[in-house]
Amino acid sequence: MARNFQAVVIGVSTGGVYALQTLLGQLPADFSLPILIVQHIGPEAGSGLAKLLDERCALRVKEADEQDEILPGTVYLAPPNYHLLVERGGFLALSADPHVSFARPSVDVLFESAAAVFGPHLIGVVLTGANFDGSRGLKTIKQKGGVAIVQDPADAAARQMPLAAMAATAVDYVLALDGMAALLQKLAPGRTAMSHKGRGAR
Amino acid sequence: MRLDEVEDVEIRLLLEGVQQIYGYDFRDYAAASIKRRLSHWLAESEFATFSQAQARLLRDRGVFESLLRGITVNVTEMFRDPAFFRAVREQVAPFLKTYPFVKIWHAGCATGEEAYSMAILLNEAGMAGRYRIYATDINETVLQKAGEGVMAIKEMQRFTHNYQKAGGTASFADYYTARYDRAILSAALKKDIVFAPHNLAVDGEFGEMNMVLCRNVMIYFKPALKERCLRLFDSSLLPGGFLCLGLKETLERRKMGERYAELLSPLRIYRKRYG
Ligand SMILES: C[S@@+](CC[C@H](N)C(=O)[O-])C[C@H]1O[C@@H](n2cnc3c(N)ncnc32)[C@H](O)[C@@H]1O
Repeated sequence: MARNFQAVVIGVSTGGVYALQTLLGQLPADFSLPILIVQHIGPEAGSGLAKLLDERCALRVKEADEQDEILPGTVYLAPPNYHLLVERGGFLALSADPHVSFARPSVDVLFESAAAVFGPHLIGVVLTGANFDGSRGLKTIKQKGGVAIVQDPADAAARQMPLAAMAATAVDYVLALDGMAALLQKLAPGRTAMSHKGRGAR
Repeated sequence: MRLDEVEDVEIRLLLEGVQQIYGYDFRDYAAASIKRRLSHWLAESEFATFSQAQARLLRDRGVFESLLRGITVNVTEMFRDPAFFRAVREQVAPFLKTYPFVKIWHAGCATGEEAYSMAILLNEAGMAGRYRIYATDINETVLQKAGEGVMAIKEMQRFTHNYQKAGGTASFADYYTARYDRAILSAALKKDIVFAPHNLAVDGEFGEMNMVLCRNVMIYFKPALKERCLRLFDSSLLPGGFLCLGLKETLERRKMGERYAELLSPLRIYRKRYG
């Protein structure tokens, strides 16, 4: 299925730290797509999660700054208390708008803005979580021709978010965390020439 | 053309019309956020598409006002980001106190919570009567609300908590009078704040400021408009003055950055160099 994907977006909540470590930890440093993540997190959490994941993964992981350029093989985490959005032209944007789906950052906001820019070239992933955020966004991704992946509710620490996503739209893949990195590698185009770790400012 | 692209074209035409008729320029706002807000506004409106809204919008000022309220989102709180206000209290106020009188500009002040927080902080630093705060915003509805200095009482618990985390030790309840579901801020906080309309996309500088705060406003702007704002702040600030940005905004990668030293690294407090 050569679809020429350009980005992966991931939404995750309760149980997310473990899920992200597992999934990202299994991806190689030369994974060719950018990965944008909303992990629900308290407003004063600081940027510890990005640092932790960066240490434990081959990929470069950073907390998103305003106007970051979206680079392949790089993982961007939404900062606490800000929505993360995708701008046309390959840049990220942040917003301090009110909560959406009771969350800020909200998975729906990321998914919907990414779907508007990447259209059919987007892979949306909903992982463990105890709420409903992400289901509307995943539906939008599907409507624009993108691919939807959901963590098997039986495998998830909290099954509500995967279940809500599956109820909202016809999901393409439902699978356990362990198979997910392999699937993403299968969907992603050829590997990039080099690792992006250690590139760019901060 | 994809549906998204059609909508992007519609939005661009709409914003161009708004600029020509009403003089408000939103064309340099980051597209993703503004699209989200406009879609929200459209869904709540009587119109099915942006093209349909356009005709009425350009003739009916009432429709425009509702759009304006929809586009400028004004969420704010007192002592937002307590660590920032603690740093202002502990590390910036001591510098400000060395001046006989200081002038402070809050650009994009929304309903005024940030400006009132600053007034509390300066009064507690012993600077009462020795400062003036200019608090400006593009949205006159929020400015009016800011000037009234009346807040919902149910917010006060959260604001009190923020105040304490920001290093406040007085009794926060002394700063307002509770009446029914409202909290009326004390006159002592209001008297040295001037609220005024100012549009960062078109209006000019405010002279001789010791401190400029523009937090969570420029994140919504495209790079060119951001540069314009930073130039505006730079020409408004005295040497040795302080520039405070939102926690996810930075002078890194900006031309102007060289002329500023970062006083406190993660808190985005910058000091303009002398000469
Ligand atoms: C999210 S609020 C920030 C309030 C406060 N500074 C804070 O950090 O809590 C953003 C404010 O910027 C204002 N704004 C947007 N565009 C503007 C412009 N071109 N000129 C001046 N203010 C603007 C909005 O009306 C809104 O009140």
